[in-house]
Amino acid sequence: MSKDMMRAFELYQPDSVENAVELLGRFGADGWAMAGGNDTLDWFKDRVKYAGSVVDLSGVEGLSGIRETADGVEIGAMTTLTEIEASPLIQERYSVLADSARRVASPQIRNTGTIGGNVAQDTRCWYYRYGVDCYRAGGNSCYADTPQGQNREHCLWGADRCIAVTPSDTAPALVVLDARMAIVNADGEREVPAEEFFIGPEIDIERMTVLEPGDLLTAIRIPNDWAGAQFYFEKVADRNTWDFPLVNIASAMFVEGGAVSRIRMAAGAVECVPRRLSVVEEIVTGSAPDEETAALAGQAAVRGATPFNYNHFKIPLLENLVKRAIRDS
Amino acid sequence: MTDEKTLVSGIDIPSPASATDDGGVLGTIGRVGASRRQFIKGVISSGAAVSSAGYVFGGMAGCATEEAPMAGGVERLISLNVNGETRRVDVLPYETLAMTLRYKLGLTGTKLGCDRAECGACTVLLDGVSTYSCSTLTHTVRGRAIRTVEGLEGPNGELHPVQQAMIDELGPQCGFCTPGQVMAAVALLEANPSPTRDEARFALSGNLCRCGAYDHYLNSVMRAAQSA
Ligand SMILES: Cc1cc2nc3c(=O)[nH]c(=O)nc-3n(C[C@H](O)[C@H](O)[C@H](O)COP(=O)(O)OP(=O)(O)OC[C@H]3O[C@@H](n4cnc5c(N)ncnc54)[C@H](O)[C@@H]3O)c2cc1C
Ligand code: FES
Ligand code: FES
Repeated sequence: MSKDMMRAFELYQPDSVENAVELLGRFGADGWAMAGGNDTLDWFKDRVKYAGSVVDLSGVEGLSGIRETADGVEIGAMTTLTEIEASPLIQERYSVLADSARRVASPQIRNTGTIGGNVAQDTRCWYYRYGVDCYRAGGNSCYADTPQGQNREHCLWGADRCIAVTPSDTAPALVVLDARMAIVNADGEREVPAEEFFIGPEIDIERMTVLEPGDLLTAIRIPNDWAGAQFYFEKVADRNTWDFPLVNIASAMFVEGGAVSRIRMAAGAVECVPRRLSVVEEIVTGSAPDEETAALAGQAAVRGATPFNYNHFKIPLLENLVKRAIRDS
Repeated sequence: MTDEKTLVSGIDIPSPASATDDGGVLGTIGRVGASRRQFIKGVISSGAAVSSAGYVFGGMAGCATEEAPMAGGVERLISLNVNGETRRVDVLPYETLAMTLRYKLGLTGTKLGCDRAECGACTVLLDGVSTYSCSTLTHTVRGRAIRTVEGLEGPNGELHPVQQAMIDELGPQCGFCTPGQVMAAVALLEANPSPTRDEARFALSGNLCRCGAYDHYLNSVMRAAQSA
């Protein structure tokens, strides 16, 4: 069934953050911030979501580009994934982010898809995207969590009525880098750590992030803390192009005198939010990043995983990715 | 705001009040008001009508929105820079570049496969960068240099080296994906005139071929790189 005709909306093209925020504040829940439009237009074409007033961010000055700051790097929310993967600064200091951006979708999507849109995108649970009246859509059932439910892509942790997962490839990298998300609305700017930016159903079942109507993500700030660490990123998906992660992993670690002195690790597509693997970080710190440590870390990482009918495979997958992140980074 | 009924004329949209909550999966789709998510009533049940409206988009554009845009919204009459020419065109706020190119400007070399950023048939170049025109709103590319497969033609009608190489290497089979493959290859070779085969594979990875002519396309790109 083709549903390609979008419902009419009005399009606004502000040229400054101030004007964009004014418009988004004015339209509230009927407004929609549009960056590259890759996710946005799918929702509109499928007629599952709608906004009467779309605010195109492409002409907003100051939202795009990668800048060095006193304590790190600031990436404008409208910076494309291609720009990030190709940036010498990002490659040199935060290669985990460049590597994750390179694994998103397809070349053309990365050419127009922005980092802001990538972190703010909605989940890919196909029941939800099809438009069924599930918990996340304001209803009172989950179609994925049933005996017949097709839940191969769904979560291992954090099920709370909804069992959808975070789809973003860059999100785990940003959590690992301890990035800060700069959000502006009519009341001013606030900064939220990446780890708190993504939220699960227990906080709000209808959103994937703290962003609310009227909010504009303006920049992602990456502190120097993890610059130049030994990084690892790996994504496993059905196809190398287009497909969302079945599991992805990002890690940053420093090794001193043969032992891990500091490490941060996060996995995507196993929970509604990027899953920080604190237990791994604890086990590994102080040990040599060898085969034995890696094996222990892998086992610890998957403890407590609660699979559904079709996603048991994610458990050994995550275990192996954790092992590799420690052994091969 | 624009009335749904003036948009897709002829489709009867049930009122939110008639929605039922207990009709199983399909029955509950499209609750408006009752649902916290902003569904559009009745669209799924009248999907056939919607799709035909989509395909006669060009002809129906005039009747799609009779109302003037709300104050502050984009002007519909805009200039686009397409294949080096300035084209004046009346563009709806929610119109994709693929729609404008094909149904307003007659540039049907750009194909629509999936209309969902999932196949690459609609690939065009924006300032030399490969882009899915099905997933780009036309109003967002004012002031950019848009290039389509029609714009590759030389001054005397000769083919672009990539097109010639595709003929020489028997690149396409049915040809539907070809304009997209050509544009992706042109973008690659302009940025990187002598790619490795792997680089070419990566650059063309956003273009599906239903006929599976991938290797032939790669041969073509490598030949074009040598001949350029
Ligand atoms: C076919 C396909 C395959 C994909 N595969 C992958 C994949 O493998 N891995 C992956 O990580 N992603 C994947 N994606 C998602 C893709 O990366 C994102 O859609 C893209 O990065 C979104 O960027 P955009 O600029 O186009 O966002 P848009 O579509 O413009 O926006 C997406 C969402 O973010 C909100 N938003 C955007 N910018 C801001 C801002 N500055 N402030 C507030 N809200 C904002 C919008 O309101 C919207 O809700 C895929 C998408 C498609 C269509
Ligand atoms: S038609 Fe645009 S990607 Fe398929
Ligand atoms: S040649 Fe037929 S789809 Fe590619």
